[in-house]
Amino acid sequence: MNSTIVGTKQGVSPWRVVLYVTLIVFAIFYLLPLFVMLVTSFKTLDEIRLGNILAFPSEWTTEPWVKAWGNACVGLTCEGIKGYFWNSIKMVVPAVLLSTLMGALNGYVLTKWRFPGHKWVFGLMLFGCFIPFQIVLIPMSQVLGFFGLAGTTAGLIFVHVVYGLGFTTLFFRNYYEAFPTELVKAAMIDGASFLGIFWRILLPSSGPIIVVTIIWQFTNVWNDFLFGASFAAGEGAPMTVALNNLVNSSTGVKEYNVDMAAAMFAALPTLLVYIVAGRYFVRGLMAGSVKG
Amino acid sequence: MTIRVLKTTFIASALAMALAGTVAAEDTKPKDAAASVKKVGEVEVLHWWTAGGEAKALGVLKEMLEGQGVSWKDMPVAGGGGEKAMTVLRSRVQAGNPPTAVQMLGFDIRDWAKEGATANLDDLATKEGWEKVVPEALQAFSRYEGHWVASPVNVHSTNWVWANKKVMDDLGVTEAPKDFDALISILDKAKEKGITPLAIGGQPWQEATLFEAVALSTGGPEFYKKAFIDLDKDALTSDNMKKTFDRMKKLRSYADANFSGRDWNLAAGMVIEGKAALQVMGDWAKGEFLNAKKVPDTDFLCYRFPGTQGNVTFNADQFVMFKVKDDQTEAQNLMAKDVMDPKFQIAFNLVKGSVPARTDVSDAEFDACGKKGMKDLAEASKGGTLLGSMAHGYAAPAAVKNAIYDVVTKHFNSDVSADDAVKQLAAAVEGAKE
Amino acid sequence: MSTTTVRSGGDWLRQFLPRLVLAPSFAITLVFVYGFIIYTGYISVSKSKMLPNLDFVGLDNYRKLWKTLNWQVALDNLAIFGILYIVICGALGLFLAILLDQKIRGEGFLRPIYLYPMALSFVVTGTAWKWFLNPGLGLEKTMHDWGWASFKFDWLINPDMAIYTVVIAGVWQSSGFVMAMFLAGLRGVDEEQLKAAQLDGASTFQTYWRIIIPQLRAVFLSAFVVLAHMAIKAYDLVVALTGGGPGNATEVPATFMYSYTFTRNQMGVGAASAMIMLMTIAAIIVPYLYAETREARHE
Repeated sequence: MNSTIVGTKQGVSPWRVVLYVTLIVFAIFYLLPLFVMLVTSFKTLDEIRLGNILAFPSEWTTEPWVKAWGNACVGLTCEGIKGYFWNSIKMVVPAVLLSTLMGALNGYVLTKWRFPGHKWVFGLMLFGCFIPFQIVLIPMSQVLGFFGLAGTTAGLIFVHVVYGLGFTTLFFRNYYEAFPTELVKAAMIDGASFLGIFWRILLPSSGPIIVVTIIWQFTNVWNDFLFGASFAAGEGAPMTVALNNLVNSSTGVKEYNVDMAAAMFAALPTLLVYIVAGRYFVRGLMAGSVKG
Repeated sequence: MTIRVLKTTFIASALAMALAGTVAAEDTKPKDAAASVKKVGEVEVLHWWTAGGEAKALGVLKEMLEGQGVSWKDMPVAGGGGEKAMTVLRSRVQAGNPPTAVQMLGFDIRDWAKEGATANLDDLATKEGWEKVVPEALQAFSRYEGHWVASPVNVHSTNWVWANKKVMDDLGVTEAPKDFDALISILDKAKEKGITPLAIGGQPWQEATLFEAVALSTGGPEFYKKAFIDLDKDALTSDNMKKTFDRMKKLRSYADANFSGRDWNLAAGMVIEGKAALQVMGDWAKGEFLNAKKVPDTDFLCYRFPGTQGNVTFNADQFVMFKVKDDQTEAQNLMAKDVMDPKFQIAFNLVKGSVPARTDVSDAEFDACGKKGMKDLAEASKGGTLLGSMAHGYAAPAAVKNAIYDVVTKHFNSDVSADDAVKQLAAAVEGAKE
Repeated sequence: MSTTTVRSGGDWLRQFLPRLVLAPSFAITLVFVYGFIIYTGYISVSKSKMLPNLDFVGLDNYRKLWKTLNWQVALDNLAIFGILYIVICGALGLFLAILLDQKIRGEGFLRPIYLYPMALSFVVTGTAWKWFLNPGLGLEKTMHDWGWASFKFDWLINPDMAIYTVVIAGVWQSSGFVMAMFLAGLRGVDEEQLKAAQLDGASTFQTYWRIIIPQLRAVFLSAFVVLAHMAIKAYDLVVALTGGGPGNATEVPATFMYSYTFTRNQMGVGAASAMIMLMTIAAIIVPYLYAETREARHE
């Protein structure tokens, strides 16, 4: 809906000025932490110690960025965080794709191929979104150990898929709920197979919800620290664990500019996803997922 | 149609099984990736020395081992003085796949040994004669029921005061304060001059570090032992304890307003820059001074916390050796041996600010504060005044330690009276004990 | 409902393939969610300290939990934090969504700015927040530097106020996401009704209050559930900002549970607190799930 609070005249009414000022003030509020991180990452250590955190650097330096990426010490290896960056990519891509695909299939079955008790199945799966993850650490490590997956990327992907399923299923189920069942029925009468219908009828029109799901999952998996630290510490550790090692070393010297640059590297992929896919995000939400 | 069905079914089952698939494929990969020729084995080391000088210091050990054909698999997990690393350790042990060696403190070592998860280093220890060179108070933790389970890396002592020399000169302070009142008079002078007298980091473990020093100064080593090691109820509710709490409040009045949540190194930075007169902190603080190119006795001073001269409250990092497969024990033993090698002990502790865990090492390369620390350690060890640090898990188990933290930090950050604080302290310790 | 029986000659595969596809997900959920909840439940009545221990001790851990001062503090904080966080995020999200819906030039530019905090974890932004809120480094100092000497903003270091700084950072992170949900809801409101209302001479405020907002019921519900579960799980936020301090003044159930389970070697008590958290979550979520799964079909 596109009605406007204020009249429709094109002239500059005082209300619209207030409106824009309010929006910009909030934009500044949201941008502040990012701004602090950015300017700090371009300052020298001396300036950080003495200066104002909100001031621009008096002397710009890109050294912290170079160091964070290439030669800051994380543990005993001083090769920066680039290796961990790829670890995260290797973990995020399969985890997101798998959980999205499984969520799509689940949503499809739960709306178009219903069976007695489907509500219970869905309800039980959805509740899984809400358990505090700390409680699963101990039993999960036993399970991963049992299957020989402890400390592997595969194990970590498995964990993320397991605890992402609830949300992905929720998204797709709500989306497919609104998808005309008549089309599916017609295809069945034409003899289309279970997967054929999914592949040729539902999937092509699932764009918006796939975007929502991928954004959601990508953010959660990329930003996870708890599982990454517990199940894949060491060389295979994801970015957040490396960042934590850099930033939270307890008795070392803190190089805040390098920390901030590293944090920016850790933030870039998710930021990029939000900025690039952000417009589809609202569209995807519109398309059904919020209308539970 | 049938072909399509078959195909789609295949895809479907592939999807459903994809998890198991990736799993099986990846499983075999990482383990035998790097096989070199004269390899003795591999050690996987879990630690929280993840950055800066301490990581570099540990690198010395890595190089030593690599020279002997042992490869080093690094597993750093920083955060909360090892808290996060301990979480990771639990999940690794539960997975039946513990690391070779784990950096650990105090009672945690005992708890893991009690679970039967640790290796036995007795043969090595006998051969190397560790019993004679490691201080007895330390051995109480490196050994469980008489068996060696860990190689100590260093001994930190926590009852130090770090002062800015120039500020002290300006205040006309020429010698180390001998007792608590002398400390207060210095702090008063600093306050008059408009300098923050005491640099405090307001995190529970830092407040507890200050607290244990004040308690030791107030009640002496016997009281300290009774209260924090024996957890004796009378000592916990004694007048000495009340006085300790009162003194904490007094010290708080010398801190600046913004101490809450401040990291210890920022507090040290205040002293380095002369914004604050002094800081009470373990000897890892020295590293921060050295990093800022400051020289002991010319730029900064190290005293024992006033009233605790002759006593040392210690906190020692140890590498606890876990039970590993037989083919890895040789590498594990080499690591345990190298940790205790005087060469490593010197190289590491020069950087870390602590002193070697064996008392037979030359102090020639150490600076003034290091030399003093080594001398104090040897004397305290001999005189029986080498006490485990409560704040760092060398006096009481984790549950009790944290219960004490709760009361100390609550009292320090609110207007709870000393009378109530001792009651809460006794109750909290009681609740966490058994 | 009867889609599965459309084709009477439906072969076996057609009957069972859908269930077969769903089965792995469902089995995984049963084991890794419900199995683990049962496991935690058992740990909470066991003697577990550092590692799980299966000796039964009855309700001792729960008794101990309720006697612990910090647990009471944690519950109080969760109540304060939870209510403020949900209400402010919801109100601010709706407010911004309505503003953005006024044919704003540059909406495409502003929207990602409001939304991006959701993309970042507090492992990344924690330090910046801590500096910003710290009176000696951040906002207060900046205001002083700019000549406003009496400006005071010291909540972070004040035990009575520190929990509100956690609310500020929490709102910062999630309100943009809620805004996006409301924006999506607003864009879905029926145009015809609006035109009718405008023809009737309803004011803009009346239009929103009487016609639009009631239509957003489902969005309110979804937002509430998302926010409620984030409030209860809030962990990174507190650790990054205050570490539970000053003086444990910002302990919340999630930090309590973590510290008892993993750093205090009192796993039994930690599991007991986890069970209480789970029950709280269930009390909020189950009615929603019930509504969700009972909801009348759209068609």
